[in-house]
Amino acid sequence: MTTTTMPTIRDEEWRYADFAALETVPEAEVTGWDEIAVAPGEVLARTFVLDGAAPDIQRLRITLGEGARAEIFAVNAASAYARLEIEVTLTPHSHFEFGGVLIGGGDVTREFVTRTIHAEPEATSNQTVRAVHWGTASGNYLGRIDVARHAQKTDAAQDFKGLLLEKGASANAKPELEIFADDVKCAHGATVGQLDEMARYYMASRGVAPDVAEHLLIRAFLADALAALGDEAEQERLFDHALAALEKAA
Amino acid sequence: MLKIDNLHAEIGGKEILKGLSLELNAGEVHAIMGPNGAGKSTLSYVLGGRPGYEVTAGSVTYNGEDLLAMDPHERAAAGFFLGFQYPVEIPGVSNVQFLREALNSQRRVRGEEPLSGGEFLKLAKEKAALLKLDMEMLKRFVNVGFSGGEKKRNEMVQMGILDPKLAVLDETDSGLDIDALKVVGEGINAIMRQPDKAVLLITHYQRLLDYVKPDFVHILAGGRIVKSGGADLAHRLEEEGYDEVMAA
Repeated sequence: MTTTTMPTIRDEEWRYADFAALETVPEAEVTGWDEIAVAPGEVLARTFVLDGAAPDIQRLRITLGEGARAEIFAVNAASAYARLEIEVTLTPHSHFEFGGVLIGGGDVTREFVTRTIHAEPEATSNQTVRAVHWGTASGNYLGRIDVARHAQKTDAAQDFKGLLLEKGASANAKPELEIFADDVKCAHGATVGQLDEMARYYMASRGVAPDVAEHLLIRAFLADALAALGDEAEQERLFDHALAALEKAA
Repeated sequence: MLKIDNLHAEIGGKEILKGLSLELNAGEVHAIMGPNGAGKSTLSYVLGGRPGYEVTAGSVTYNGEDLLAMDPHERAAAGFFLGFQYPVEIPGVSNVQFLREALNSQRRVRGEEPLSGGEFLKLAKEKAALLKLDMEMLKRFVNVGFSGGEKKRNEMVQMGILDPKLAVLDETDSGLDIDALKVVGEGINAIMRQPDKAVLLITHYQRLLDYVKPDFVHILAGGRIVKSGGADLAHRLEEEGYDEVMAA
């Protein structure tokens, strides 16, 4: 642990955080890390469901050995400020996969913050985040990617899509790429939009009730974030948690 | 079955339908033809309840009920089907999933038991075969990556599965090659040519009417029906053009 001081709004990776909620969280949870070292060739598979009613901060610092993989999937559907922060340091032929769903209404901030450090050549990372919000909720995805000067042949991808169901909801996407190597692929995309009204009408015209149509469209929208999760039962469990948030809203 | 009386409708404050009246009885096929901008698609969307199309006067009665008071999904459950001129793509939702949800939603409203996965697939296969659409396509996302002709055939497969009482088909023939036109025409006959059903075909061209013989043909121009007749009216239009026939 290098720092014990509480973050402020001037800290880039905390700029969209809910500081009032942060004050209620023990300092050790805000500033501390769960540190995990993944041995060469090993796979770390983790899923997170954040759905508590109290502010929740989880911070994971992962170091991947050569050829190791980290496969992290998360649903953040909490009803209070909730943040999952992941820092990953990659070595040659290692891979970091992250799929995240931010979903919910209320006056709640939910966020994913990742820092992907391509410290060595020939590592890959892929991050897919989908956010669905209503009420006055906001969903944030801050994704920083650092590519070191000698980390050639890095392949890093980051994709964010936000869907806002009501006026007043918001989504913040902050891709931040610092690339010092010259032979790398770094793709990133971020879009925010509304539900496709024509698709909704088309479904209604065939008899699908509006709430069911919305459910199907939102599930389809979220699918990309969980598509890379190979364990189908676990994938279904995460979908259920995400879609249960919608039912609470109805 | 369907009675449209003095219908006025507008989009974005612009009046498109200006006193349209039309009556369809069970067992009949009607065709509406008309020049571009006459209000053909507006009529289909007003009947289908598309948001943004505002009815300012007149009425539409469907089997004695006020069609305009129903939400789009309620119209579907009551046996109304709209074949879209531009079928909508829905990435992430498969045709099979979508149509099974649609059919079972309709059945629930009508107090019928939902179909199981197996029963539904059997029905879907039968209708896909009727329209010569590869069953594999129904497992793909709704209309995503479909050619224009495949989208139109998919509309007809949907109609076959949902088995409506009244179908309004908006330019179902556009985008079809000659072979597909025949398949679609025969599909419409097989699904809808029944004594308890009716069809309203909206088209630019006579060619679909070679396969689906209309009992009545109407010319829509300037937001209202300006001329009605039998199947021969469509032939005259094809030969003489709208201006000539309407002036006669």
